[in-house]
Formats: sequence, structure tokens, C-alpha cells
Amino acid sequence: MDTLLAANSLAEYLQTNGVPFCGCLLDESTAMIVAAVVHVALVGAWFGLPAGLFIWAERKVSARIQDRLGPTRTGGKFGWLQSLADGIKLIQKEDLVPKDADGLMFRLAPYIVVVASFVAYIALPFSDGWAAMTLDVGLFLTLAVLSLEVLGVILAGYSSGSKWALFGAMREGAQMVSYEIPMAICALCPIVTAGTLNLNEVALLQSGGAWNWNILHPFNFFAFFVYFTCATASCKRAPFDLAEAESELVAGFLTEYSGFRWSLFFLAEYASMFLVSALAVVLFLGGWDDGLGIIAAIKTAFPDGFGNFIANVIGLKVFLIKSSILVCVQIWVRWTLPRLRIDQVMTTCLKYLIPISCFLFAGTVAYPLVLVTMSGRTSIIGAPAGERLVQPGVTRRTVRLTPPASSPAVAKVSAASAEGSQP
Amino acid sequence: MQAIGPNPFLFIGAVLFVCGVICMTTKRNGIGVLMGVELVLNGANLNFITFSRFTPLGLDGQVFSLFVIVLAAAEAAVALAIALNFYNNHLTIDVDRGDELHG
Amino acid sequence: MNTAEIILFWLFAALTCGGAVSVCVSQNVVRMAFALVLTLGSTAVLFLLLGADFVGATQLLVYVGGTLVLIVFGVMLTATGPFTRIKSSAADGILSGLIGVIFLFIVASTVTSVRWVDTDDGQGIASKITLGAHLTKAEGGFNPAQQGNTTRQLGLSFLSIRPDRDLNLGVRPATSEKPKLSTGYLLPFEIVSVHLLVVLVGAAYLARTKRRTKT
Repeated sequence: MDTLLAANSLAEYLQTNGVPFCGCLLDESTAMIVAAVVHVALVGAWFGLPAGLFIWAERKVSARIQDRLGPTRTGGKFGWLQSLADGIKLIQKEDLVPKDADGLMFRLAPYIVVVASFVAYIALPFSDGWAAMTLDVGLFLTLAVLSLEVLGVILAGYSSGSKWALFGAMREGAQMVSYEIPMAICALCPIVTAGTLNLNEVALLQSGGAWNWNILHPFNFFAFFVYFTCATASCKRAPFDLAEAESELVAGFLTEYSGFRWSLFFLAEYASMFLVSALAVVLFLGGWDDGLGIIAAIKTAFPDGFGNFIANVIGLKVFLIKSSILVCVQIWVRWTLPRLRIDQVMTTCLKYLIPISCFLFAGTVAYPLVLVTMSGRTSIIGAPAGERLVQPGVTRRTVRLTPPASSPAVAKVSAASAEGSQP
Repeated sequence: MQAIGPNPFLFIGAVLFVCGVICMTTKRNGIGVLMGVELVLNGANLNFITFSRFTPLGLDGQVFSLFVIVLAAAEAAVALAIALNFYNNHLTIDVDRGDELHG
Repeated sequence: MNTAEIILFWLFAALTCGGAVSVCVSQNVVRMAFALVLTLGSTAVLFLLLGADFVGATQLLVYVGGTLVLIVFGVMLTATGPFTRIKSSAADGILSGLIGVIFLFIVASTVTSVRWVDTDDGQGIASKITLGAHLTKAEGGFNPAQQGNTTRQLGLSFLSIRPDRDLNLGVRPATSEKPKLSTGYLLPFEIVSVHLLVVLVGAAYLARTKRRTKT
């Protein structure tokens, strides 16, 4: 049951067990299409939901920070429905295309941004195995797809035919391309610790208690903060929101947009805020692990079936709470810190963050070697990575951590050559 | 992908290659020429991956296409630097104007 | 393979070819750049369909997210006015179109007249990688190699270890001769990394700000 939410296994399930409540078996391609549609619906729902939720949260948090109340009346006491009201207002607005704009490109740009941040969700595990696809290049593909967002922004700025939009887009392009480098290098640090790019496995390796989380690894601890800074910058959030600096550039690349297309940009921005926070949770903060070993205990007690499913549901909630906390930190930072100048933004990245992240990466690579030589363990706190074993009952996508991927091959090859050298 | 086989992929590779060559020869914009080069390299890459999937080339095809991608990035960086220099000297990017060495 | 993937293949094949043709036909440089984005992105999907996940992701990250952004920057820095066009003459276009069609016909007919599948045991990369099956651990969490999990093999081959070739040495007929290990790509990898450093320095030197000679 817990495997139902992974596209491949859903397709397999439909082929072997048939559709629930109906019992008819499906052939391979139909099963795949059905699985794909289900996942698009699920991910799509989660794509739209946080936007509404976090826009409301942003209004409330910013209001409290500025000693105001924020929305209070729309939909009850706390203004719950404010985002919905905003959405309805935006859809009603007239969709303008300026006379000087390149019409086709102008209309196309928001969709590129939305598609980029939507597709990035496919490899994100929400709980053990609950990902649209458990890809072995998961993190790599996520970062790759996220990097496409900048194309949409540049296109929007250029096709608007306005100098404010063009300036904003050029700043944004330079900023996003630069900040991707330290962000990717810092995301690689826990990958080196785990020895796999599959996000599901990275999170599984940290399960069993807070002492197993990657953030307690001395180099990953600093990598987390560098990653989070760069992630904030790559979502164009303040204090790095130079692209839409309203005091100098009107609204940057958004200047000429209105109505529905404008709201698409914001949908994408909040969705990618959640995505980078969720990535930080998976990579550094133990994914869906609750930190006390409760989920692991449930899984040990009820190795298969319903107990496992319950454990995964709890894991999903833990994961969403952790990610939302990180998103709230981003909101908090936005309303606390003043905006940087563009040269300060670029200096921070190119002169400080890139060298720091390179040092952290080298440190993460060297750390286990030094530690094993000195103490014979691969980790000071928590279980050594090689001993974090499969929880019983979880069969398919769980990890049996091999030593770093190269060593079996080396051992095998050297064994083969040693064998061959004997007469 | 047994139902499709290598030929459609190779045909797409051929289309990319031919479009790239046409682009390189007809565009007068220096950056358009650069885009033609990228198209040609992609056609070659697609062929490498196709052969790695369907023929004994195996993993080597994928390794080669990785090298091609990396070198194409390097090539684009240098070519753009040259294009910017050209623009600084001629105030245009039209490659037909770079004819001072005709003598 | 199933119908869904075949539909995906034809869809992205059409997008790739359409994008490539519109790169040729379009006269507006920015539109050309975004047609190129379309082409390269759909090529990445074709790579994924061919079971080369890592190469597909690299294509997206390096090519579409890196190189093309660079090209778009180049377009904007060298544009003299909004939506610049530098037109080729119509005669040029017709002539090149004609030559292109002939050229495509020659290349395509050559390439499709070979029966590529006969040059192999018909299995392709899938059969080779299964030889290193204990590295992929289909039961231990990784997707089977047939589904495009070549990341580890690629990484090892950059370290000059070839699991796809060498790991069947254990089952070779018992002979006294020493097994020959395959060579990987460690040296090319090092050369490429030095090359990238040189390019970085060189491009920064070439594109540095200079005083214009004539205004």
C-alpha cells in the first residue's frame, strides 16, 4: 500500500492487481498513463496549494513583523480566504500585452517558469517512496530543471519591450546563474555523505533519529546554511529580490505583466520556495524522519501493510511541517532584512559563497577518510552510515548502504587480478 | 523502445545536423552561427546515445556525449567572448562585416 | 516498450525537428534562441527515453540551463535595437533550403540503409550493464539498469574502472593468463577539467571591458 504513490509501482500495481473497486486488469501502457495522470493531479494539487497557503502566511507574518494585523475578515477570523479572493481578483483583470512587446514570447514566458518549477517536483519524495518517480538521478534532475526557470524570466523581461523589464531580467539572469553554482555544490555535500543521488535513499539514510541527520555532520552543518542562503537567492526572495526592486526598477521583469500571467509568476515563485525548502529537508534535515525514532519504531512493529502506511502518513506530515518551517524562515528573512545592492549580491556569491562551498565540499570528501583513520568510525554522532540498515518489511526502495559505490568494483577487480596472477 | 529501433532517432539526428549546417552557412548574425554549431553537436550527441542503446558501443557512447556537452559549453563561452570583442570593434554582430583582412 | 512511451517519442521527435527548423527559418535572434531551447530540451527527453538518464539531466543542466543562457546574454549584449533582425536575402534562403533538403535526403538515406541492430546481439547497453548487476542492486533500491540507471557506471568509468566490461571476469574460463582490464576515461576527464579552467581564464580575458577604439 505504501508503494502506491510511486509512479512505477502504481503502474505495476494496476497491472497485477487491477483497479481498486473494479478489479479489471490494465495493460502496460494504459496503466502507465493512468499512473501518470494520478501523479500529475497529486503534484499539481500540491503545486497550487502552498502558493495559496504561503501567500496567506506571508501576509500574516509580514503584518505581525510590522506590528499590523494583516487580513482579518476575508473568510472568517484570520482571513483564511484572502488568497482565494486575491486569485479571483487577478483572474478578472484585463490581460494586457503592451504594444511594443513581442506578443508570442510575452505570452509564452510565464508558462516556461511554471513548467520548470512544476517538473522539478517529480523526483521529490514526500514520504518513504511517495515520489512521482524514484529516479536515480533525482537531485541532479531537480537542480537541472530548476535552472530552466531563469530562461522564462529572461524571456519575460526581453519580450516586454520595456527598459525596466529588461534591466530586471538581466539582473535576475546574472543572479540566478551565479547562485546556482554554490547551491549545487552545497547540495552535493550530503550526496557525498550518502553516496547516492536518489533523494529517497538520501532521506532513508538519515532515518531512525535526529542523531542520524546530515546536519549533524560538521561540514554539512555549514553547507546547510550556505545552501539555504543560495536557495533564497535563487527563488528571487528578499534580501536578494533585485529583479523586482520596486524602488529602482518599478517591478523588474514583472512590470508589464498583469492579471493571470502575473499570478502565474507568483505561483511559480511560491512553489519553488517550497521546493528548495523541501530539498533542504531531504538533504540535511532527515526528510520525513521525526527525530525521535517513532516512525522507525512503527515500521519495526508493523513491518508491512497498514502499519507501514500509517508510518508513511505520519512521515508525510512531519516532512510538510519541516518544509513549511523553512518557508516561514524565508518569509521572516524577507520582512526583516533590507534589500542588498546588485554589486553586493554578486560579490557575496562570487567572492564568498563559491569559495566557501568549494571548501565545504572538499571537507566533506576528506572527512570520512580522516575520521576512519583516526577513530575507525564513519560518523561521530549517530550510527555509522554503513550500519543504518533496512527497516524490516520495507522491501523495494530501501537502502542497504554499500560502502562508497566504487569499492565493490575495486575489490572485485583487484580480487580478479590477484586470482589471475596465481598460477 | 524495441518497437521503434534506432532509425527514427538517427533520422532526428540527421535533421538536427542538416539544420545546424544550414544555420551556420546562411545566418549573418554571429550568434546565429553559434546556434548552428550547437545544433550540429546535438545531432551528433543524439547519434552517440542511440548507438549506445542499440549497438555494442555501450557505455562509451554516453561518456562521449558527456564530453561533447562539456566541450560545447566551453566552446560557447569562448565564441561569445569573441563575438563580444567583434561587437566592440565593429559595433555590429553581422559576420559579413568582418572583412578587413581581404587586403 | 509500451504505447505511452511511443507516443512520447513521436511528440518529442516532432518538437525537436520543429524547433530545429524554426531555428533555421526565423530571422529574429531571440526567437531563434528560444526555438533552440525547445530543441535541446526535447533532445534531453529523447535521451531519457533512450535510457540515458544522467546524460539527459546533464543536457538540461549544462546545455539548456547554462550554455543557452549564455547565448541569450550574448544576444542581448550585442543587439543594437529592440528585436533586432539581420536578414539574409530571400534567394539565399531558397537556395539553402533546397540544398538542405537534398543533404538531408542523402544523410538520412545513408543512415537508415544500415541495419544497425544486426551489428549487435540485439540487446544493446542493457545486456552489458547487467553484467555488473551486483553494482546496481535492483533489490536494494536502485532502478534496474535497463531503466536508465547508468550514473554509477559513468562515474566509475571516469575513474578508469569499467564495471560493464570487467565484472564478468569472474566467470571467464579458468586460464592462467592475467585478465586484461579495460581502460576508462580518467585521463580525458583530467584533460577536460584543465581545459575548462583554461577556457574560463581565456574567456574572461577576451571579454573584459576595454576602452572602445572608435566610437
